[in-house]
Amino acid sequence: MAKTKRIITILLRLLALGATLSATVVMVTSHDSREVLNIKFTAKYNNSPSFKFYVIAEAIASGYGLVALFLSWKSSVDRLIVIMDVPIAMLLTSSTSAALAVAEIGKKGNSHAGWLPICDQVPKFCDHVTGSLIAGFSAAIVYLVLNLYSLLVVLAPLFPVKP
Amino acid sequence: MGLQSGEKLAMFKWSYPRNRWSLVVLRLLAFLAAAAATLVMVLNKQTKTFVVATIGTTPLKLALNAKFHHTPAFVFFVIANGLVSIHNLVMIMADLLRSKFDYKGFRFPMVAILDMLNLALLSGGANAAVFMAELGKNGNSHARWDKICDKFEAYCDRGAGALVASFIALAFMLLISFISILKLVSPSSHISNNNN
Repeated sequence: MAKTKRIITILLRLLALGATLSATVVMVTSHDSREVLNIKFTAKYNNSPSFKFYVIAEAIASGYGLVALFLSWKSSVDRLIVIMDVPIAMLLTSSTSAALAVAEIGKKGNSHAGWLPICDQVPKFCDHVTGSLIAGFSAAIVYLVLNLYSLLVVLAPLFPVKP
Repeated sequence: MGLQSGEKLAMFKWSYPRNRWSLVVLRLLAFLAAAAATLVMVLNKQTKTFVVATIGTTPLKLALNAKFHHTPAFVFFVIANGLVSIHNLVMIMADLLRSKFDYKGFRFPMVAILDMLNLALLSGGANAAVFMAELGKNGNSHARWDKICDKFEAYCDRGAGALVASFIALAFMLLISFISILKLVSPSSHISNNNN
């Protein structure tokens, strides 16, 4: 029983690590430029503070995932890792939703505010950002599943006798 | 393994509030903050007339309004805060009517799980709205998006107030989630019905 617990946890952590790493890398390497008349239209992830926050949050989550993967073999810090998973999951959900909000404006624009969508001008940038957001979203879901699994399985032996 | 878990529990014991009402008070505060955020954002509306052109001597006026449902991020914000306030209200009532419910089987960790899920939802909603508000306040020169807060100041101010209330609710939800998980782990008699 303990072995299957450990295998499932390690698998989930590997999945989450892969997702966060790919989200970071794909967002950082996203850039596109286009010349319209004389105006050069460049799009980089730097241009939006929301995307910058997203990259930083995913990088932190990747570093933490790497550390947690190796530290979960030591049973003394096992509980601490489970506790630290919760704020990291929260960080991932918030960064993904923030980046999604801005990316949605970039794709559809906002007619009430007079903001035009930019995805027709820089399609490569939009595709990269979409891929990165998909990876980030799945990383958030995997971390949520990991948290629930840890809560129900790792902490369950400590539950007092149910009345 | 048993000694380690005992040591960890001893570390947690001093921080667990022994009073039964502390969690209910925290939930009440979180409910009030989230409900305030929802209400302020839902009733956030501003109409302004702009002079668009001048034909001869009569100016052409155009009335533009700013509402929360123009922006999907704010719609998500309202939904998230509404769900969190409903969750806290239901949990308060479940706490007060504890003698009627028995925490058996799966119902026992359900409170902690629901708290964690609502925490994630609230943090997502609040952060999306914050970055949308930042975009409205500063604009984005690279994407040629103008800021709108200089024209609709009251809308922006009220939106900022709703965001502050939502972040206060987020802080309370963090505490509540922490205490709920601690309640599961530390062996205490507070979960039994004898304490009522």
